[in-house]
Amino acid sequence: MEAQEELIPTAIVEPPSVLRWRTILAVPIAAAFALALHALIAKNEPLLEAHSYRLLFIEVIAVAIVLALLRRFSPRLRQWMANMWPIFTVAIVTLCVWDLITLGFRLLPLPYFPGPSAVLRSMINDRVLLLDSTWHSLVLLLSGYALGVIAGLISGICIGWSSPVRYWGMPILKVVGPIPATAWIPLAMVLSPSAVFSSAALIALAVWFPVTMLTSSGISNTRASYLDVARTLGAGRAYLIFRVAIPAALPNIFIGLFMGLGASFLTLVVAESVGVKSGLGWYVSWAQGWAEYGKVFAALIIMAAFFSTIMTVLFKVRDRVLVWQKGIIKW
Amino acid sequence: MVAVSEIEASSLIVRAVKKTFPAPENPLSRRQVLDGVSFSLAAGELVSLIGPSGCGKSTLLRLIAGLDETDSGELLIGFEPITAPNAERGLVFQDPNLFPWLTVRRNIQAGLVARGVLREKKEEVNEFMRLVGLEIFANVYPHHLSGGMAQRAALARALINHPKVLLLDEPLGALDAFTRMRMQDEVLRLWQARRTTMLLVTHDIDEAIYMSDRIMIMTPRPGRIERTIPITLARPRQRSSEDFLRLRSDILNFLHFAGKG
Repeated sequence: MEAQEELIPTAIVEPPSVLRWRTILAVPIAAAFALALHALIAKNEPLLEAHSYRLLFIEVIAVAIVLALLRRFSPRLRQWMANMWPIFTVAIVTLCVWDLITLGFRLLPLPYFPGPSAVLRSMINDRVLLLDSTWHSLVLLLSGYALGVIAGLISGICIGWSSPVRYWGMPILKVVGPIPATAWIPLAMVLSPSAVFSSAALIALAVWFPVTMLTSSGISNTRASYLDVARTLGAGRAYLIFRVAIPAALPNIFIGLFMGLGASFLTLVVAESVGVKSGLGWYVSWAQGWAEYGKVFAALIIMAAFFSTIMTVLFKVRDRVLVWQKGIIKW
Repeated sequence: MVAVSEIEASSLIVRAVKKTFPAPENPLSRRQVLDGVSFSLAAGELVSLIGPSGCGKSTLLRLIAGLDETDSGELLIGFEPITAPNAERGLVFQDPNLFPWLTVRRNIQAGLVARGVLREKKEEVNEFMRLVGLEIFANVYPHHLSGGMAQRAALARALINHPKVLLLDEPLGALDAFTRMRMQDEVLRLWQARRTTMLLVTHDIDEAIYMSDRIMIMTPRPGRIERTIPITLARPRQRSSEDFLRLRSDILNFLHFAGKG
């Protein structure tokens, strides 16, 4: 029988049984080097700044040693270390270079370009406000994004499925969609009493366009033979839309969700620095107003971590939902 | 008019069906694809439709499935005219067309889900997976299946609805020669097990002789049924028996493929 001849290809990558010493030692050595370098160039730095920066690397070394000891017990930890350690090492080296060209050789003008230790200090000093700003940004971003995704999915599915809706909807989409959401800010300020509400609406608008575009093209590109098969199996319209066209369009829909997410970050930051008086976007322009560039950099770093975390979450969702594509496309 | 006695004995009646399509080279003119096709299938019969490519075999199957509309003529299942696609006429294409986002089990039960009867017929899913020998692949996605396995899953997906007629549009055409012969036995086994009426479109004369009760030969454009040949060879048939080979050369002669000399 054919069934016995073929085995299901199981795509389990065996984690490395041993981790090379080169990989294990890279992070603590880089951290120790960063400590030594900072001690060398930061002789006349305020004691407090040097202290927290030093503490950071001492902690890094401690964690790296603990993980190196624990690695024997967990293959997943070994896998993670093999993946991440080279990247962490390069990140630490980058901090060293930054330290060297700012604090060390003073190649960049102050106060615009503080060293990493000063930025870390700003981050710690202003942590309450930074956390609060991050929270406000998160709420605004998620409410706007959710609104835009829901609206985009509904309009995308309708435009993709029904020709009359496509006839009337496509021109609106083509005319209104390409306008950057931020261009609506003056109008939004006038129209809505609440800056938070109008910002959420702008983010939703920015998300709506790519989600609608990609969803509708995904739906209308559904292979006709899938729909034919489903109809001969007794499928009604609900089955054809929700169980054939939408699953077939999901790879496209996710591209729209990613594009929408990028657009939502941009709109969030602009809306916050212009209208809403809270959030990370507001924090950056506020800190700049006081010429506190340490805080500007601190907020930028938090923004980077914040946005990339959200992006990672969306990637995880996609990997879950589109797991059936594994093996069809280059994963 | 169709006689009542004929309707009772038949599961499918095709009567003077005509179909035109817009000609691709000139959108204003229409090209006759089917020109008065008539035949009927008795319940439980396995009939093949052969003919050169472009003679409208697939068009005819789509009309019977209800995916396209005829220009004129009658299509009946029992007393019911065919108006739209329906679970009582299953269709299997050359491409298995399994839904890539569903596992094999979920593909096979798709018809039950579509008709909203999955809960009552849950047991049948296992039965049909066993019938086509795919139980161990239940939770695998279709792209892991070989061509033959995928086509078996597609057959099970169509058969789970207990269709009155199963339409097969060159279902084994994309398989290699060995897999195809094995799958011919597989389809025969399913046919004998379920006694489903089958209409098989093929371009493989050996396959038609090996499998069917009757062979209908179509002429190219405009398509018409030129000749019907009953195959009375005892089953299981021998592919190299004298009678088999004589039938084969008859059909080749009829289609002018016998060669010179």
